[in-house]
This record gives sequence, C-alpha cells and structure tokens, in this order.
Amino acid sequence: MEFDYHSMRTFADSWGLLAMTLFFIGVVLWVLRPGARRAADDAAAIPFKED
Amino acid sequence: MKHTTVTVFIGLAAFLALLSAGFAADDSFRAHSYVLFFVLVMATIVLMRQIDFSGDKMIPLRANGGGTAGTADTVAYQDDVVRYGAIATMFWGVVGFLVGVVAASQLAWPDLNIEPWFNFGRVRPLHTSAVIFAFGGNALLATSFYVVQRTCRARLWGGDLAWFVFWGYQLFIVLAATGYLLGITDGREYAEPEWYVDLWLTIVWVAYLAVFVGTLVKRKEPHIYVANWFYLAFIVTIAMLHVVNNLAMPVSFLGSKSYSAFAGVQDALTQWWYGHNAVGFFLTAGFLGMMYYFIPKQANRPVYSYRLSIIHFWALIFLYIWAGPHHLHYTALPDWAQTLGMVFSVMLWMPSWGGMINGLMTLSGAWDKLRTDPILRMMVISVAFYGMSTFEGPMMSIKAVNSLSHYTDWTIGHVHSGALGWVGMISFGAVYHLVPKLWNRERLYSLRMVNWHFWLATLGIVVYAAVMWVSGIMQGLMWREYGEDGYLVYSFAETVSAMHPYYVLRTFGGVLYLLGALVMAFNIYKTIRGDLRREVPMGGGAPVAQAAG
Repeated sequence: MEFDYHSMRTFADSWGLLAMTLFFIGVVLWVLRPGARRAADDAAAIPFKED
Repeated sequence: MKHTTVTVFIGLAAFLALLSAGFAADDSFRAHSYVLFFVLVMATIVLMRQIDFSGDKMIPLRANGGGTAGTADTVAYQDDVVRYGAIATMFWGVVGFLVGVVAASQLAWPDLNIEPWFNFGRVRPLHTSAVIFAFGGNALLATSFYVVQRTCRARLWGGDLAWFVFWGYQLFIVLAATGYLLGITDGREYAEPEWYVDLWLTIVWVAYLAVFVGTLVKRKEPHIYVANWFYLAFIVTIAMLHVVNNLAMPVSFLGSKSYSAFAGVQDALTQWWYGHNAVGFFLTAGFLGMMYYFIPKQANRPVYSYRLSIIHFWALIFLYIWAGPHHLHYTALPDWAQTLGMVFSVMLWMPSWGGMINGLMTLSGAWDKLRTDPILRMMVISVAFYGMSTFEGPMMSIKAVNSLSHYTDWTIGHVHSGALGWVGMISFGAVYHLVPKLWNRERLYSLRMVNWHFWLATLGIVVYAAVMWVSGIMQGLMWREYGEDGYLVYSFAETVSAMHPYYVLRTFGGVLYLLGALVMAFNIYKTIRGDLRREVPMGGGAPVAQAAG
C-alpha cells in the first residue's frame, strides 16, 4: 500500500472506519454484558475506599 | 532534602541561558534568554539556601519525603506537589482573569492599548494561555496527581519527577507569557509559543505521562477508575496534538522565529485539528476526569451510572477528534471535510449529554445537599454549563448557523460559557474540596464566602454570555445586511461602534467573575492558615448555637 493522500483517505473511510465502529460496538456490548452491573458498582465505589 | 545535583544542573542551565542571550540571533530571543536566565538564577539561589552545608547531615527524620504520613497499612501519598498545584491554580486563575478584564477593557476603551507590550494583540494570547494552560493546566496537574494516587492507592511513580513536571510546567508558563508580551509568537491559536518553548513543554509533558502511567502501573486497585481514563486520554492526546501542530523549522539555532512544516489549507486544518481538540481533550476530557472523581466525593455517593461513564468515555474519544474542521466552514477546506467536521460535532451531542446526565444524576436522592453545600452547588452548575455549551457548540457547527455566528462575538460568548462555566466552576469546586483535605483542616474558612463566590461567578457568566449573544448576533446580522441596491448597508467600523455598549457590559461580567475569584483566593488563604470563620451554617434554618468558636 502506498502512503499517498488518496490511498490513506480510502483506507480511513473504509477499513479504518469499520474497525473503529466495530470496536465501539464491542465496547457497548461489553459494558452491557450480563453481570456487568456488579462489576460497575464495585468500580464506582473505588473513590470511597480511601480517606 | 538533597537538592545538590538539581541545584548544579539549574545553575548550569542559567549559565547556558546567559550564553544564549549573548549569542542570540535576534533581539526578541535575547530578551527572552535574559528572562530565562533570571528565572533560573533565582531558582538556583532559592535551592542553594536549602542545601545543608553543615557537617552533621540530618538522618532519617525527614525520610518520608513530605507525603501524608503513612502508617503500616496506608500509602504515603505524595501530596506536597498537589498542594503547590492547588496554590498555583489559584494564583494563575486570578492572573488570567485579571488579564481577561484588561483585554475586555481594551476592546471597550481602545486608549488602554499601551504600545508595544500591552496592546490587545499581545494581551489576548496572554489571557487565553493564562486561563487555559496556567489556570486550567495547573488544576489538571494537581487534581490528576491527587486522584490517580487515591484511586490507585499508590504513591506517585518516579519520586521527584512529579516536581520536575510541576516546576517545568511553571517555567513553560513564564516563558510563554513573557514571550507574548515581547511579541514572540508563531501565530497558532492556543499554541502561540515559539519552537524552543514548545520543545520544553514536550519534555515536561513526556515526564507527566511517565509519572501518570507509572502510577497506574503500580496500582494496588485492580480496576482503573474512570476518572483516570479521562486524565490519561487528556495527557496522551495533548502530547500528540502538541507535537504535530508545532512541527516547525527554526530559522536559526538561537533565534525566536520558526516556520510551520505545513502550508496553506493543510496548515489551517492542522491548527484547528489541534485547536478544537485542545477544547475537546484539554478543556473537556481532563475536566471530566475531575467531574467523575470530585462530584461523587463531594456528594458522598457513587457516580449515577458507571457503565454510562464508560460509554461516555469511548464515544467522546472517538467523536471529538474529527470535529476540528467546523472552524473552517466556507473556507478553502474541501467541502467534504467541512461536512465531516459538522456531522461529528452534531454527533457529539450524545456523549456530552450522556456525561452531563451522569454528573447531574449522581445527586439524585441528595438534591437537598445543594441547599447546604455551596461547593456541590458549584460543581453542579459547572455540569449544567457543560451541558449548555456542548449543546450550543454543535448547533453553531451547523453550516447555516455558522454562516451567521462565525467570526462574531457569539463565538467568544460560547467559549466563555464553556470556560468560565464548565472549566472554571468545576476547578473551583475541586480546589475547595481539596484544600481542607490537603492541609488537614476541619473545613474551609468560610462556606458563606463560597456562596458569595458562586453567585458572583454565576452572575458574571450570565452577564458575559447573554451580552455576547446579543452583540454577536447583531454583528453577524449587520455584516450580512444588503440594501435594495445590492450593496452592504453597514461598513465594518459601524458594526464596531455599535458593539461598544456590549463591550462595556462584557467587561462588567468579567469583573464580577474576577471578584469571585478574589473572594476565593482570600478564603483559600485563610483556610491554609488554619482560620475558621464563625458563621451561621448554610441552609437558611434558624441559627444554631455553636458550642465552640
């Protein structure tokens, strides 16, 4: 692959866009997975473990 | 403390600064080198006075390194640097707001432009950098060091490296500020310092990243709390933006002038890719880190939805980086790039409002605390301003709206509702929360003075933003007004004179905000000293008899 303007741009609005969209959807599914609520509640309590 | 090596290095650096003054290629660089020389000489003298020259060296007594005293179980946090950071935040805040009032007055009364050092062209970048990088930057530095230690339950990594970050950053501020007044600028919005100051900031910033990541790596808490995600995104992205935006070739090794690596529309886009992400990652992501720690702490309840905060984070990170082109509507920038910038700006509504709802709803079930706790009130209004200005911003990025709003005072009003409202208020709230804890005080000197600060600042912002809306829209409408003969109705100078009353009112709004900050500075000073003001508790109830004074 050549690193000229057009090939970079074509990559950005095809595979690049797809990869980022899939990553984002993956994050959302991961956050909403079963059992995530408890993990999230534990994480939310972190600031109160000190002081 | 042993500062011998550091002292020698700074002394050496002072000598090098003197040399660079001697061999400078231009007068501005010479003047700037002298500034650096005097700063470094003063630092050397201060440090030398701390070296213990007596034969009998002190043994372990001071081994703790100045952190909060640690017992067997708890971690000895490195809080000295946070204390310095809190004071620096307060100091630069007052300076930055004062310079803002000066700049506003210069617009209202042009006679106040004092050539050559204090004309508007030099004072304006001084104001923007002082509030964004000096006030905001120190607030981020101090709170990030505080939060990352508390939420990782680990002492800052790198020992005295955190001190290097703090003092290195102050040196950057001093060099940037004096450079502007001397007329040294590369003319890039929010990145005006010339190449050598940029290089220095790069070094400091890499050290900052190292301290932060190092602390994350050695954390005792398995999960990395979401506030740290936002802080880390802020540090990493600013490093990337800063380096790319400032790629430049100096004209001479000891000269103040450089030329950008980019030209034409590429340069313009690079600048606004930087400029808008300075808003997105410096003024938003970093301060969201603050919000996700200090609002739960002050309200004493966990964040409304931790899962929403994670989606908030990723959505913000993915969307913000594309929004820059909306600053270049109707320019030589390709149309598709303008549309891209607009579309991503509009999509930013979702994460912004998700974050705002998350911040506000943290108080659900505890809204009554707003009556008695002005600090929490300050944080809540900052989130409200965050919601308001992140609603306004995407709206202004729509091309049709932008054709009216662009280049007018509306933009200035928008920036200030975000900067004074969101960034300023959340930082004030964080500092009010921090200072009694850092200096081990029972509470602030006076909560009623926080209340005064709250109302002065809020009133100041409302005056400022409302006035700028009216003046900006008037300005935009006057610019585009055609007569029946097809000619423009108003000359540019007519729009300027029509704005005079608004400029005066805007200055008044700024003065109110500055007064609020002065009240805060007094309150913080008294709190650090350890005074407690005898006052009726907040909340409006009948005065409670106080047992002890």
